Amino acid sequence: METRFIGKSVQRKEGPEKVTGSAQYVDDLTFPDMLHGITVRSPLARGRIHAIHFRPDIPWNEFTIVRSMDIPGKNCVALINDDQPCLAGEVVNHAEEPVLLLAHPDKYLLEEARRAVQIDIDPLPAVFTIEESLARKEIIWGSDNVFKSFLMEKGNVDQVWASSDLIVEGQYQTGAQEQLYIEPQGMIARASEAEGVTVWGSLQCPYYVHKALVRLFGLPKERIRVVQTETGGGFGGKEEYPSMLAAHAALLAWKSGKPVKIVYDRAEDMVATTKRHPSQTLHRTAVTREGKILAMDIDFTIDGGAYETLSPVVLSRGTIHAAGPYNCLNVRVRSRAVATNAPPHGAFRGFGAPQSVFALERHLDRVAEAAGLTPDELRRRNFIREGGTLAFGQIVREKIDMDRLMRRAFDSSDYYAKRSRFQNENVGSMLKKGIGFAAFLHGAGFTGSGEEYLASEALLEATPEGRVRVLAGSTEMGQGTKTIFTQIAAEALGIGCDRIDVVQPDTADVPNSGPTVASRTVMIVGGLVESAARAMRETLLHTEVLKPGYDSSAFADACNRYIARFGPLRSFMKYEHPQGLHWDDDKYRGDAYSAYAWAIYVAEVSVDMRTAEIHVDDFVAVQEVGKVINPTLAAGQIEGGVAQGIGLALYENVVWQQGRMVNGQMTNYIMPTSVDVPPIRVLFEEIPYGHGPAGAKGIGELPLDGTAPAIANAIAHATGADVRRIPITPEVLLEMLEKVHA
Amino acid sequence: MPDSSGKVRVQLRVNGRALILEAHPMERLLDVLREQLRLTGTKEGCGEGECGACSVEMDGALVNSCLVPVLQAEGTEIRTIEGVAGDRLHPVQQAFLEHGGTQCGICTPGMILAALNLLARHPNPTETEIREGLAGNLCRCTGYTRIFESVLGACRALERDS
Amino acid sequence: MRAYLPAYHLEAVRDLNEVLGRLNREPGRWKLFAGGTDLMVLLEAGKLPHRNFLNVWKLPELRGIEVAPESVTIGAATTYTELRNNETLAREFPLLCRAASETGAIATQNRGTIGGNIANASPAADSPPALLVYDAEIELVSARGARWRPLQGFYSGYKQMDLRPDELIRRIRLPRGQENWRAHYRKVGTRRAQAISKVCFAGCARVENGRIADIRLAFGSVAPIVFRAIETERLLRGEKISPAIGPAAGEKLAQEISPIDDMRSTANYRRRVAQNLLTEFIEMLSSH
Repeated sequence: METRFIGKSVQRKEGPEKVTGSAQYVDDLTFPDMLHGITVRSPLARGRIHAIHFRPDIPWNEFTIVRSMDIPGKNCVALINDDQPCLAGEVVNHAEEPVLLLAHPDKYLLEEARRAVQIDIDPLPAVFTIEESLARKEIIWGSDNVFKSFLMEKGNVDQVWASSDLIVEGQYQTGAQEQLYIEPQGMIARASEAEGVTVWGSLQCPYYVHKALVRLFGLPKERIRVVQTETGGGFGGKEEYPSMLAAHAALLAWKSGKPVKIVYDRAEDMVATTKRHPSQTLHRTAVTREGKILAMDIDFTIDGGAYETLSPVVLSRGTIHAAGPYNCLNVRVRSRAVATNAPPHGAFRGFGAPQSVFALERHLDRVAEAAGLTPDELRRRNFIREGGTLAFGQIVREKIDMDRLMRRAFDSSDYYAKRSRFQNENVGSMLKKGIGFAAFLHGAGFTGSGEEYLASEALLEATPEGRVRVLAGSTEMGQGTKTIFTQIAAEALGIGCDRIDVVQPDTADVPNSGPTVASRTVMIVGGLVESAARAMRETLLHTEVLKPGYDSSAFADACNRYIARFGPLRSFMKYEHPQGLHWDDDKYRGDAYSAYAWAIYVAEVSVDMRTAEIHVDDFVAVQEVGKVINPTLAAGQIEGGVAQGIGLALYENVVWQQGRMVNGQMTNYIMPTSVDVPPIRVLFEEIPYGHGPAGAKGIGELPLDGTAPAIANAIAHATGADVRRIPITPEVLLEMLEKVHA
Repeated sequence: MPDSSGKVRVQLRVNGRALILEAHPMERLLDVLREQLRLTGTKEGCGEGECGACSVEMDGALVNSCLVPVLQAEGTEIRTIEGVAGDRLHPVQQAFLEHGGTQCGICTPGMILAALNLLARHPNPTETEIREGLAGNLCRCTGYTRIFESVLGACRALERDS
Repeated sequence: MRAYLPAYHLEAVRDLNEVLGRLNREPGRWKLFAGGTDLMVLLEAGKLPHRNFLNVWKLPELRGIEVAPESVTIGAATTYTELRNNETLAREFPLLCRAASETGAIATQNRGTIGGNIANASPAADSPPALLVYDAEIELVSARGARWRPLQGFYSGYKQMDLRPDELIRRIRLPRGQENWRAHYRKVGTRRAQAISKVCFAGCARVENGRIADIRLAFGSVAPIVFRAIETERLLRGEKISPAIGPAAGEKLAQEISPIDDMRSTANYRRRVAQNLLTEFIEMLSSH
């Protein structure tokens, strides 16, 4: 079917502002009389606050000082559990935990003042690793250090071991990863009894921040307002943390009676905010000599840091994705999120799946090797197809053909030829090359009944001039929300993209469309926009103010006539879960996600044997995504995600000392530059999804799942090193190489 | 000489305009541009000269404005992102729009300055020259692929125009 | 930006004489501020210990590259970009230009200076290993006069150098006639661009009749200072060139270096890679 905008690379809606530098990010805004705010943080990972000293040479009377007792409502950052304080009271549970806040008009004096506050802490024994937490020598959270655990089962793994030809075991680890959006976190707040609380800032989820402020101030919902400013990258790092920052700015504004701006510098952002959960996975796999996987026993643990925050949900996604796109009759996943005295770990694109998928896809290459099969043959003999049942009991209803994706990926990357050529050419070479792949899927939207629970809403409103405003809580942070919503609305309404305005998210204006996370924005909220647009068009046609065959101009006239005659022209949509999908939260079985993207990624690497430096030379990403609404934006998501995956695989190493990140500068925490990223070829397949706008599914997080394991497998191919953890730094690889070639 | 407040007078040109301003000699050029001149297009991403979001041109050379004390901008010609477009967008800006070279936009001003500077030195850059020319500008969103395409697109457009 | 700006002073100066006069009258009070690519980073982190600076960024007496028959002399405030763009340096002292091109990125190279780099005395500096194998000399001037000394031996310990409180580095001089030496430079960083070095190697050698007539090896990031591996050079000098001499040279090198574990890398990695880079150089010399 011919479409006017769907499938076209319509230019980025807010692009002109971005290329001229006129887009307004939070630090670009100033308010009259504004104060700067700063956070004074715990120097230790765990302990009791004994005393706080203020150096006398600072003019403290000029400062606004806020402590936990100044909090009007509840001292918590409301999310799932209320265990995370907004400001530490008597105890601290992680290094960099916020203890008090300062505000002053002079931002330089403010920094000096921060140095002049000394927090004396009586240390308590702290827990820094997953092992220590599980060993329970010290209970630092709840009764057993466990935030959440899951048991997900299919068939009966225990009955399989005895009769298996081959059992392969392995342990895999992933480290923390910093989101490293180039725009650091920031908020501006105004707050008073009279006016309520308003915050402007860099954020992904205006209604998360709203909920947190309602609780913190104990004010009714209508007295709290959250406005998203242009946001310079989020990737999950601005999903939950902004609530903390908004709370801090608002508390200072409340106490001082003036607007307060808090913008973190890079060092503070790195050490104090959330990171990807470190993980540990154990695999035990039973496989026949013919390469049929009979059983997968998986044990998956993530490190949640000091407070619960989103760890149960990260764990959930990691658990569900742990067994991959395979048809295995017996699967057991036992998983848990545990507490350590690190700053709480949080959302980062992929959200648990990159961790468990790394383990799985690296493990399956090893299983293949043990079974005497090529990695691709092992996958082929186990790929799930339409009608098959995934590990959590969901029947695949999509006509997915992983073999076809694999063929396409291998053709594009010249996989087979390189696989054998590299093996030959590597002999005696100081630069060894390798090629490897990963096969995976990623569920879009919230898990199980999550989307029903969110009950997202979207609203379209026409003006008398025939412009249509899209009002949704979904945020633009570079991924293309505004452009995609514009295309969807314009297509469904039958008017031009230039007639659509996507309203900047402001809780005073827009409904709650749920958070901008979980690869849900196009599929779920875009779906609402599409439905609302169709309904609006229907209304206009039905009332005969609009005749078929109209153009944008006629549409404008029709809006004018409608509004004059009937009043406001609004179309409101609320989410409805697709029929026939059921998820059992107790048994952890059923239809986990309404739709999946499926992918094969291929990475080609070269390893310098003298320095163990690894470079990704080429990358192919093939994925089935339902429908590509905007090819440039969609490819941009994959390319950017692959680059982040390369960082996760090779460069991004958080160095911890006593629960604190010590390499919190861009000089020492390494993300890829333009010289480190290979050419990335992105290929899409489309099997339209019935409940997605124009058939689209979610793709935002997908690339983070398959990139690192593809690279790890390529390194193993190049060097024989049995990679078990990411990041694979040259230091780690060199030691492995010395063992292999000893 | 600094006056009693520690501030000095600095004379410079910004985007073609001659200016005299007062600032602390070690105040970052970045802060003077953003706060005194309200030219907020130049961004702070790291404060350590690593990310390039603060890139401007100083006497035609690309520099990280977070590492330039304003005293050293005395007598220089500064170009920021606000000085790039004329009546219409510069072909580089246009190319970033056409080829998806900007996503969240925070690195974009610095990246465009870096691209302009690169093209001034290498009007027909090879892919290697593009990668090297932009190596000091970090982008977390795009994976750089479409930034390279934008630069190449801009080259083609500039050739057509000339 | 964590520094309390009012506590810092950066003053303009008329000329070199003024700088020397002020250093002379108040030794230890004033530090020089050139391109600022190191100092500003410290300032922004709130970790710049010095407070008083003299701006020598565009001081003409510290700029310029002079080519004379016997030597090339470089002003201390010459930027990396200027080094890269100089034809004579590119032709006769390629390791220095390589080092300059691997320092930071374009924006850093436009501001960082060779004198600032030497004075900053980081053991991870990229250019000093190249300067060392070219037998560079540096000119130190004060109100009392000027002296030239080899860069070799300038550093006595971590951030300690033969620079008196009233002195500044004015020029760097490289003896010409070395372009026929086989030369190699390799910096191993945390990534391919804009990286702090984990191991840095510069080497040059004269091979005559299958023997190493002379050899110079310099390393960065494997000791508290950038240094010449004198003992290893001594071992190799006069030896028949072949990959077989690699292992012994590597063992001797391991005795001369003292790499550490830090947030960027490990002692073990640095040691092994330094040895591997030396082996690489020897193989390069052997293959011709």
